[in-house]
Amino acid sequence: MAKITYIEHDGTEHAIDVKPGLSVMEGAVKDNIPGIDADCGGACACATCHVYVDEAWLAKTGDKSAMEESMLDFAENVEDNSRLSCQIKVSDDLDGLVVRMPESQH
Amino acid sequence: MSDSAAHVVILGAGHAGGTAAALLRQYGHAGPITLVGEEPLPPYQRPPLSKAWLKGEANAEDLELKAPDFYAEQQIEFRPNLRGVSLNRGARTIALSDGSQLGYDALILATGARAIALPIAGAELDGVMFLRTAADAEHLKATIGPGKRLAVVGGGYIGLEVAASGRALGAQVVVLEKEARLLARVACPALSDFFRGYHEKQGVRFELGASVEGFAGEAGQVTGVRLADGRVVACDAVVVGVGARPNDELAADAGLDTARGVVVDLDARTSDPNVFAIGDVAHRPMPIYGRMFRMESVPNALEGAKQAAAAIVGKPRPPGECPWQWSDQYDLKLQIAGYAFDVDEILVRGDPATAKFAVFHLKGDQVQSVEAINSPPEFMMGKQLILSRRPVSKARLADPTVSMKEVAA
Repeated sequence: MAKITYIEHDGTEHAIDVKPGLSVMEGAVKDNIPGIDADCGGACACATCHVYVDEAWLAKTGDKSAMEESMLDFAENVEDNSRLSCQIKVSDDLDGLVVRMPESQH
Repeated sequence: MSDSAAHVVILGAGHAGGTAAALLRQYGHAGPITLVGEEPLPPYQRPPLSKAWLKGEANAEDLELKAPDFYAEQQIEFRPNLRGVSLNRGARTIALSDGSQLGYDALILATGARAIALPIAGAELDGVMFLRTAADAEHLKATIGPGKRLAVVGGGYIGLEVAASGRALGAQVVVLEKEARLLARVACPALSDFFRGYHEKQGVRFELGASVEGFAGEAGQVTGVRLADGRVVACDAVVVGVGARPNDELAADAGLDTARGVVVDLDARTSDPNVFAIGDVAHRPMPIYGRMFRMESVPNALEGAKQAAAAIVGKPRPPGECPWQWSDQYDLKLQIAGYAFDVDEILVRGDPATAKFAVFHLKGDQVQSVEAINSPPEFMMGKQLILSRRPVSKARLADPTVSMKEVAA
């Protein structure tokens, strides 16, 4: 299990255990944590699972595919540490990961 | 509404119903919530059934919308294997298929749509399958494999996604489409041609303009599809994907306004103020196009769920979204925004030969819809342009060296 902390825009923290193999998005959605909409269910088709990855963890989340880069370009308020959370696979390496959600996904 | 003690009953535990239940709690509804579904499974995603599931890349657990203990934890009573039989709006009760009665303060109809069955000879043979539920998908998965001959009736999304997955699994695939082109109801001719070419390169055979008259069989098992021209296409299995019918009979019988779907307003409310309808079953207004229609897509289900949950809880109506849908076939990502109503020009941006292009449908200088292949910028900006109704320069739109952000500026 990897412990992942999801921080809402208003600062509310949710620290949960996520099974390796799920995406960071799935970890949040399955637990009904607000702030990640994931309309397309992880198909990299909607850019509503946008998160800001804590700087210390960014490199560990791996590289973005061309499709993710393209889609992310159109999310709101994109920063250097932005990722589409449906594209980050949870593994033991990500135990302790912290991500922040934007104010809105739409 | 906004009685936080209200008992909300959601009839239908698919994507729309499941999401509505979760959103009610997320929005702070404290009263009881009962989620009734006809399938044995808690809410799950259907899109992967024709893709990752068939290819063995996802299992039932992966598809579930929520973790298994979610419903109990959120005090959402989930009641599977039950259908609504009749609705008594005066008494606010539903008669369920187990003989029980379920009372409600607010009711959300999320009964979805059912796969259209071809009422033709041989339809009851083993091996003639649909693809709507996880049970269907399991059945289909067990049937496709290397060397198996799969006949797909219908060249729409289901048919083409099954064809792509079938090829990935080593099956021989032939797609039988009654219209002269694929995706006739949802895409333009340029796109139909593109998909046909792409599939043919992957070894899929097509019979267009082919009407299916019956299924041939031996010992109760399908062996072929009989076409109107007399030919029989030999096969080991058939998937029928020719559209879906909204399950609006319960609503119609109860006197609610229906129009091939349950008629609702911008809050997903039906002609009865205590009853809502969302998802594939809802016939809803689309202000962008000045008309009402029924859509079958995940984004449509999500938007309806947001509208109904907000109305019940007393939150402001969510801002209108641009309708959209997607389809993944092989390494192609098709993203469609909007609907091609009142179109007077079709404009292609990019080169179809590169499998990275977009087809814009315009009404004057406004974008009505866009079909994007492997082109997220065109899709994402397209959605914004459709929603905002902002006029575009067609010259710039047709010029791929001008970025979509510049086009929309």
